[in-house]
Amino acid sequence: MEYLLDVEGLQKSFGGVAALRNGRLQLRAGSVHALCGGNGAGKSTFLKILMGILTRDGGHIRRRGQEVAYSTPAEALAAGIAIIEQELSPIPHMTVAENIYLGREPSARFGGIDFKTMNRNAQALLDRLEFDIRANQFMMNLSVAQVQLVEIAKALSHDAEVIFMDEPTSAIGEKEAQQLFSAIERLKAEGKAIVYVSHRLSEIFQIADAYTVFRDGSYVGSGNLADIDRPELIRMIVGRELGEEYIKTNAPTGIAGLEVSNLTIPGKIKDISFTAHKGEILGIYGLMGSGRTEIFNCLFGLDTASEGGIKLDGEAISVSRPADAMARGLAFVTEDRKLTGLNLTDSVRNNICLASLPEMSPRFSMNRRMEMAASQDMIKRFAIKAARDTMSVSGLSGGNQQKVVLGKWFLRNPKVLLLDEPTRGVDVGAKREIYRIICDFAEQGGTVVMISSEIDEVLGMSDRILVMRQGRSAGIFRREETDAQSLVHLST
Amino acid sequence: MSTTDNNSSTAWLGSDRRRLIIQEYGIFLAFLLLAFILSVSNQYFLTPGNISNVLLQTSINGILAIGMTFVILTRGIDLSVGSVVALAGIVSASFATTSATAGIVGAPYSPFVALPIGLFVGIACGAIVGIIVSRFSVPAFVATLGMLSAARGMTLIYGGGKPVPALTPDFRWIGTGSVFGVPMPVVLFAVVFLVSWYVLNRTRFGRYIYAVGGNPHAANTSGINVSRLRFSVYVISGGLSGLAGMILSARTGSALPQAGIAYELDAIAAVVIGGTSLSGGVGRITGTLIGALIIGVMNNGLDLMGIQSYYQQVLKGALIVGAVMLDQKRNMGG
Repeated sequence: MEYLLDVEGLQKSFGGVAALRNGRLQLRAGSVHALCGGNGAGKSTFLKILMGILTRDGGHIRRRGQEVAYSTPAEALAAGIAIIEQELSPIPHMTVAENIYLGREPSARFGGIDFKTMNRNAQALLDRLEFDIRANQFMMNLSVAQVQLVEIAKALSHDAEVIFMDEPTSAIGEKEAQQLFSAIERLKAEGKAIVYVSHRLSEIFQIADAYTVFRDGSYVGSGNLADIDRPELIRMIVGRELGEEYIKTNAPTGIAGLEVSNLTIPGKIKDISFTAHKGEILGIYGLMGSGRTEIFNCLFGLDTASEGGIKLDGEAISVSRPADAMARGLAFVTEDRKLTGLNLTDSVRNNICLASLPEMSPRFSMNRRMEMAASQDMIKRFAIKAARDTMSVSGLSGGNQQKVVLGKWFLRNPKVLLLDEPTRGVDVGAKREIYRIICDFAEQGGTVVMISSEIDEVLGMSDRILVMRQGRSAGIFRREETDAQSLVHLST
Repeated sequence: MSTTDNNSSTAWLGSDRRRLIIQEYGIFLAFLLLAFILSVSNQYFLTPGNISNVLLQTSINGILAIGMTFVILTRGIDLSVGSVVALAGIVSASFATTSATAGIVGAPYSPFVALPIGLFVGIACGAIVGIIVSRFSVPAFVATLGMLSAARGMTLIYGGGKPVPALTPDFRWIGTGSVFGVPMPVVLFAVVFLVSWYVLNRTRFGRYIYAVGGNPHAANTSGINVSRLRFSVYVISGGLSGLAGMILSARTGSALPQAGIAYELDAIAAVVIGGTSLSGGVGRITGTLIGALIIGVMNNGLDLMGIQSYYQQVLKGALIVGAVMLDQKRNMGG
């Protein structure tokens, strides 16, 4: 049987680190194929190679049995392969038709654009697909789901046969998702093939026919979804049993450290309540966009709750700015250290001192001896590898940068540590050191709340786990009474 | 997949601090070279009289450029300084004139009244811009472009389009007087520079400025009040514009409604030549000092060599772009 797309042994490394070891996929016409795997499984690298954005280091791609190599997205598109990315980038001030035919507008006399033909063709295409969108609407007036439908129409206007969809439902609601699924059904009936990438297993079981699982950059298995059940698929995605990767020496006390009740931000989170005890590591697990980070933003004064209360050591507190939260002993290690954690143009020392400037300038002028001592102290304590503390923080590795962020907050002797993806983009060795730091902090009576989308990390480090799903809490579970399967199940 | 490792790319320089020093030396060497060429080609250039003259000519632009440095370090820009110079100049002058028609009732007042009023006018203009930028999130370019027009208009309204002449000698002292043989504008420039140097390099406020310019989000999550800081840099720039405006009218003896036109461009040029990045967070006040001196020396030197001012403008343009091109190349290479 001839496959629309047959990929084998695809490899790609970045600076000696393998992102994809063995990418494999066999795609039949008229099917929806789910590509599954955790964060870092190599899915996006795989897609980028197929789209001609990245070049492969090795492996084969066969399009209808023919060996192919695409060096630009335009070539892939010309060969009938289109991708609908997670981050859509329409041109908002142009019409639907203009977006669909961008760069290949039908021309009229005197080098102008034949808008009439363009609009007519676009409308015909949208009608055929039964999308309820007018071709002369502005893109900015469409919903996210409609923008996705326009992207699909655009792909089909290129006569695409193979359509990749990367997390298409991450930004749209349930009802719109069903709209998208019926569009997918129609495409399937026309004999197109769709590769569907999503963390939401219920969707996969709803619309996909076949699956392929990647883990740690390698193909793990594939088959028909009819032949597999949900727990089995999760086991394939999650893989290995939890080893000794994690450090767990803290013992939770019964004393409440941070109490959150009925926290609500309209449109983001609803009715979130939890209590994190002294000496405890409370994990928060959920998909991206499930409202995890919003909880922290609210606790730290970066967002405002419409309802709900925060108690620290049994005392109700109100936080309207980060400075309020900091004065109460909260520390917040944000999700993206480059975007919100570090001042990359400045030195290691100044970054460590960044959150303690008032304390280090009792009479407005900075006390340089204090700064120097504080930075040396943190560098020693966390074994930050920097030639000098006056060197730029941008010259450090990811793990060391993350330790600088931790140092910045530990300098304030916090009572409560809010950690948002504390080990993202950090190598295995540095990860372990960061776990050590977190655990030591809890052991000495600190309260830790840690968001992570790495399921092993959540299970390995947390005493209890709060699962977030679509802005709501799906329950809090003790680590002994839950496992990877049920966490994934609860979060999707 | 998003982890990028730029360990190796900057390793040969050792540290960004060292790179900054190289940048500073680079511009300092350019300054010395320029001075050397001029002193060789013209015997008058290095005389005490001419040096004093260069400093005098540099001081107003220098004061404006220092305020501009504060603003640009936080990723902003202040296009309104030239108009604020005129407005503060004319308002303070109306309190210090002996002219019966141009002054306000009861004029002339003592400089101890007129000078604080001029300063206040500058600060008020800066505060308005600061509020618009920090509270209403209007881009600094637009907010200060608005103030450029509005302050010029207010100047014309206030003076009825006419100059305010005949300023009292007491008031004129800040422009024409001297302390131990050093002209007052130069003294004021030096004081402003030293205070600014201390504030930017040694105080909490200075750290805030670099942090907000380097990464406003990180500064915010570290508990820094970003919008208050943004507000304050425009107040500083406005206040220094007010001071510059009064020095200008004190020097010339009358406040002109068309004073200070295009002064913002020389101020920005000095900051940029001095190596401060328009994208914020990177730059030194010493660089701005040298940048202002380069512009002053070049204007003076070309005058001495008898080169027409038309050519001077072309050369200045080339210098601004050239300085930034060198910076970019160094940053990319480093």
